[in-house]
Amino acid sequence: MGFGFLLAQPFAQHALLAAALVAVAAGLISPFVVTRGMAFAVHGTAELAFTGAAAGLLVANNAIVGALVGSLVVAALIATLGASPRERDSAIGSILAFGMGIGILLLGFYHGFATAATNILFGNIFGVSGSQLLVLLALGLIVVIVMAIWYRPLLFASIDPDTAEARGVPTRRLGLLFLLVLALTVTGAAQVVGTLLVLSLAITPGAAAQRLSASPLVVAGLSILFAIIAADGGLLMSFEITTVKASVFITSISFALYLLARAAGPALRGRRRYGGPELAADDAPETFVPGPAAVQPRPAAPGQRGAHGHGQPPR
Amino acid sequence: MNGPGGADVALHAATLRYGRHLIWEDLDLEVAPGERLAVLGPNGAGKTTLLKVLLGLIPLSAGTVTIDGRPPAHGSEQAGYLAQQRMFDPDLPIRGRDLVQLGVDGHRLGLPRAHCPQADAAIEAVGAGSYASAPVGRLSGGQQQRLRIAQALAGGPRLLLCDEPLLSLDPASQQSVTALFDDYCRAHGTTLVLVTHEITPIAGIIDRVLYVARGRWAAGSPDTVMDTETLSALYGSHIDVIRVHDRIVVVGEGGGPHHPPGGSHQGHGHDRGQGRGDLDGGGHPGHPAQGGHR
Repeated sequence: MGFGFLLAQPFAQHALLAAALVAVAAGLISPFVVTRGMAFAVHGTAELAFTGAAAGLLVANNAIVGALVGSLVVAALIATLGASPRERDSAIGSILAFGMGIGILLLGFYHGFATAATNILFGNIFGVSGSQLLVLLALGLIVVIVMAIWYRPLLFASIDPDTAEARGVPTRRLGLLFLLVLALTVTGAAQVVGTLLVLSLAITPGAAAQRLSASPLVVAGLSILFAIIAADGGLLMSFEITTVKASVFITSISFALYLLARAAGPALRGRRRYGGPELAADDAPETFVPGPAAVQPRPAAPGQRGAHGHGQPPR
Repeated sequence: MNGPGGADVALHAATLRYGRHLIWEDLDLEVAPGERLAVLGPNGAGKTTLLKVLLGLIPLSAGTVTIDGRPPAHGSEQAGYLAQQRMFDPDLPIRGRDLVQLGVDGHRLGLPRAHCPQADAAIEAVGAGSYASAPVGRLSGGQQQRLRIAQALAGGPRLLLCDEPLLSLDPASQQSVTALFDDYCRAHGTTLVLVTHEITPIAGIIDRVLYVARGRWAAGSPDTVMDTETLSALYGSHIDVIRVHDRIVVVGEGGGPHHPPGGSHQGHGHDRGQGRGDLDGGGHPGHPAQGGHR
């Protein structure tokens, strides 16, 4: 089975396509995961996608649907139990540990425990059926569409929540929406790299991209590009070296890109503080009013009130 | 940036409570279009809360609030909001101009635009053009604040609500930011409501002061309100308001001087003593400029 032969097979082409779509979704949400400090939420959701997948296998012999249900339930749990950022990580940790235990219990009932567990934990996109590939495509498309619609308010809420809220951005509801999108992405990425290694597609590309640019659009583009290179590059390498799981190559490529970005970042973004002109008196507009010197009210102020102006409520 | 003029703000018998805790009571206040109001008072007196009421984020417990005759609508484009400054993380992947642009269209659906003329104009207006393309977290506090002001102005607000805009700025930056507010509001007729705990740097550009403390309030010209009798009545204990050269110093507000003479930085901690025993005399307010009473 050579490289060209494998590449010509429909199952391989489907796998490449599905991996690319999952990578677009993961690359798109990745910068938000980093900016919102939600790396642990991704990990927690992925671990519990494992529990869901185990339940799905046991009940309906369908790991993907199980993983999807599992990660959506977890997203809802994180949203309710970990509403405040301070509580979020400890809430996730508590849910995660319990959920993993349940997952191992469920897998114990399933025949073929070892293979199933390995596939869920470390991914096996070639073992995915045609209909399951369609599910993956749908997941990827939903994430891309939702992100394209809510990108701007989500960016606002992620970097400047106070101002965003004052401007009418529903920051809490957007936080919940992002958790749901995260759950869908994690489910998809788990099929490609496995639940344990989802971070390599959902965090590493965004973290690498942020080292290279401060423009949100450039960061999004780079992050998607890195995720695609890692996912499809890893699959292609596993065609060549069939004895090694694709996940190994995907995580390695992703990490290599991250290291490269960290090395190149300082040259591109500048390590020290920006050396522009300091905001100072000489930077001020022409009509300069010396603050402390002007205790007296301005003479021609609009709405100037007399000594006993507005302060008197009816007594 | 042609301003759309100023909004008028009116509060009538406005009362705000959190549970059984009274923030302020029976607040009556009208701010005319283009007027500049400074809101002063100790920590926890409900200064920021007042801004959030004007933004439509917090409903009043009793009374009415209107902006241009209508209740404040959450997310209204007529109000620009400058939240209390927190420094941006140095690695935050956002440039100054992206931040300003979010002030224009960040609340709308869709992807960010590559170019935004309104944001460019606002950046120009605050004189931040030379550093607007740098990662915002790598700029100095004064530069970040200037960009945040551009963000608040970019939507062309008729009412500008600022929460401690001079906090964490050095004296030179305080002066230039104050001048920026003055120039902008003068040119566009914008109404300005500015929360601060130090009146001195902004005294030259404001028309009126609202002082809130212990659920009560006083409003009037800076000279009337920043006065020993008025503030003593408000706190219910003796407060000294001293004018030292060009500074207004409030002594006794929280046990220490309000503004250390000669020092230009904000004194912290002086206004944390709202509930201290030495101020709990409970004397009844009696000054003419005195506002709501318990």
